[in-house]
Amino acid sequence: MSQTLAPSMQPLAGAQTASPLVSVEGVTLQYKTPDHLVTATYRVSFQIHQQERVVLLGPSGCGKSTILKAIAGFMPPVEGRITLKGSVIASPGPDRMMVFQEFDQLLPWKTVQANVAYPMLVNGVSKQEAADRAADALTKVNLAKFMDAYPHMLSGGMKQRVAIARAMAMKPDVLLMDEPYAALDALTRRKMQEELLQLWDDVGFTLVFVTHSIEEAIVVGSRVVVLSPHPGQVRAELNCDHLGFTERDTPEFGQLAKRISGMLFDDHAVAH
Amino acid sequence: MTTTLRSAPPARPEQEFQVTAPVALGDVAKPLPFIEKIFENAVVRRGLILIGLALIWEAYGRWLESPLTFPTFLDTMTALKDGIVSGVIPQRMAVTLQTLVIGYFLGLIIAALLTTVAVTSRIGTDLLSTFTAMFNPLPAIALLPLALLWFGLGRPSLIFVIVHSVLWAVALNMHAGFLSVSETQRMAGRTFGLKGLRFVLGILIPAAFPAILAGLKIGWAFAWRTLIAAELVFGVSSGQGGLGWYIFENRNTLDTAAVFAGLLSVMAVGLIVEAVIFRVIEARTVRRWGMQRG
Ligand SMILES: Nc1ncnc2c1ncn2[C@@H]1O[C@H](COP(=O)(O)OP(=O)(O)O)[C@@H](O)[C@H]1O
Ligand SMILES: [Mg+2]
Repeated sequence: MSQTLAPSMQPLAGAQTASPLVSVEGVTLQYKTPDHLVTATYRVSFQIHQQERVVLLGPSGCGKSTILKAIAGFMPPVEGRITLKGSVIASPGPDRMMVFQEFDQLLPWKTVQANVAYPMLVNGVSKQEAADRAADALTKVNLAKFMDAYPHMLSGGMKQRVAIARAMAMKPDVLLMDEPYAALDALTRRKMQEELLQLWDDVGFTLVFVTHSIEEAIVVGSRVVVLSPHPGQVRAELNCDHLGFTERDTPEFGQLAKRISGMLFDDHAVAH
Repeated sequence: MTTTLRSAPPARPEQEFQVTAPVALGDVAKPLPFIEKIFENAVVRRGLILIGLALIWEAYGRWLESPLTFPTFLDTMTALKDGIVSGVIPQRMAVTLQTLVIGYFLGLIIAALLTTVAVTSRIGTDLLSTFTAMFNPLPAIALLPLALLWFGLGRPSLIFVIVHSVLWAVALNMHAGFLSVSETQRMAGRTFGLKGLRFVLGILIPAAFPAILAGLKIGWAFAWRTLIAAELVFGVSSGQGGLGWYIFENRNTLDTAAVFAGLLSVMAVGLIVEAVIFRVIEARTVRRWGMQRG
């Protein structure tokens, strides 16, 4: 792959003029278990630009979470590299906040408000400002009324909203979400997707969103990275910024879904 | 398939209803009548049991008429009152509690250090599990002769056995608690930028608090029982005896009512710590956080 390192080098490349915020370059990720070396992803490359909503889509076990963990800084690649604003990612940090699938990501010993404010306080934001930003973020996810509740009093969807508020309040460079709605019921999930898009309209953050649902990928993403089954490799990168909730019943939506579905299910034809 | 036996469900029309607004239904939650409320209260129920026991005790004591082996309830209460009024029981209790608190907290500190080493390195883990496997089954009281040899007659010996009785139980629980902290919470903490001691204090300790609290309770129970037993065995030291010594002393003078009073005091302290202090800590922490049902 030819690598473009200087941002000013290619004025003709259309949408790709700016340098990417996050660049995943030929990344192979492996787990060491007591008796195996499991390759989770193989030479994965893709870029994330400012204010994009990049969705990693692939079947269960293809290494989506692993890629996200690597971007978060929990797993060093055995091959390739991941950069954020040009510098290699070495460890977890508050510039890449993560929202997990599990509801227990909130700290049960802190109130909702304290949960949201905590990462800011850890990173030296003043008490007053942290409180303001927490209140603001909680208002944005419609949970201002529950500031003083403890996480165990909230429903699953509310917990996820708090986690999103906590991540947003930190104003990270990139927001990483690992199947955040997979454990929710269909009605709540749909509502949460709408809220997330609304939030993106308001704030304009950069998002990496992992899912195994084709429909969710098309609705939430502006760009979808389709991964092959285990070990994950990039199968395609598709644009779907123009497709959202309102286009759900259009033939175009259906066609794209079908195309992706073909990629996911006929992959044995491609494998060698 | 015997279709003859199975009749189709009857065809029924669809229906829609208007629901009454909850406000119009009146109080959804209604207070219970007074008597029922009283019996709902565990303290009241248990209090009644205690009164019943006291009555049986008094009756049996009077029927036995042998104050030397079994004083009546009222005699015991008088002895208890005398002991408290004369200041002997409070003073003995203070001595015991002081020794206990020193030993307990010393044990906790050592347990915390040991556990920290254990979670940060593999050798530490091996050390902790070997030590706990070796020393946990050893009753603290069995170390008393050795303690006397090393530290002489006095408080240091008592503190030594208390530390031993607290240390392993607490370290074991703390370590298990740390290991069971969920991966998600660990990762969340690390994305906030927490590392090292801040990570331990900010994430691991509160997340493991239910297990740590269980360790504290077990540690307390061990320490209290060990201390009373140790005081009984070698009684007074440097002129200052504790509750165990009070019991022993009164047995020697055959003041059985005072022995009973001493035993009641031991029970009372145990009850207050276990049923009040730890309860309050539980209610304010793990219960409020929904980390433990109750
Ligand atoms: N902690 C781990 N140890 C060993 N193998 C793992 C571990 N986590 C994931 N894997 C393996 O890596 C592969 C990718 O996992 P993951 O990234 O969780 O997939 P996805 O999120 O796409 O469902 C799977 O084959 C899985 O078995
Ligand atoms: Mg996953």
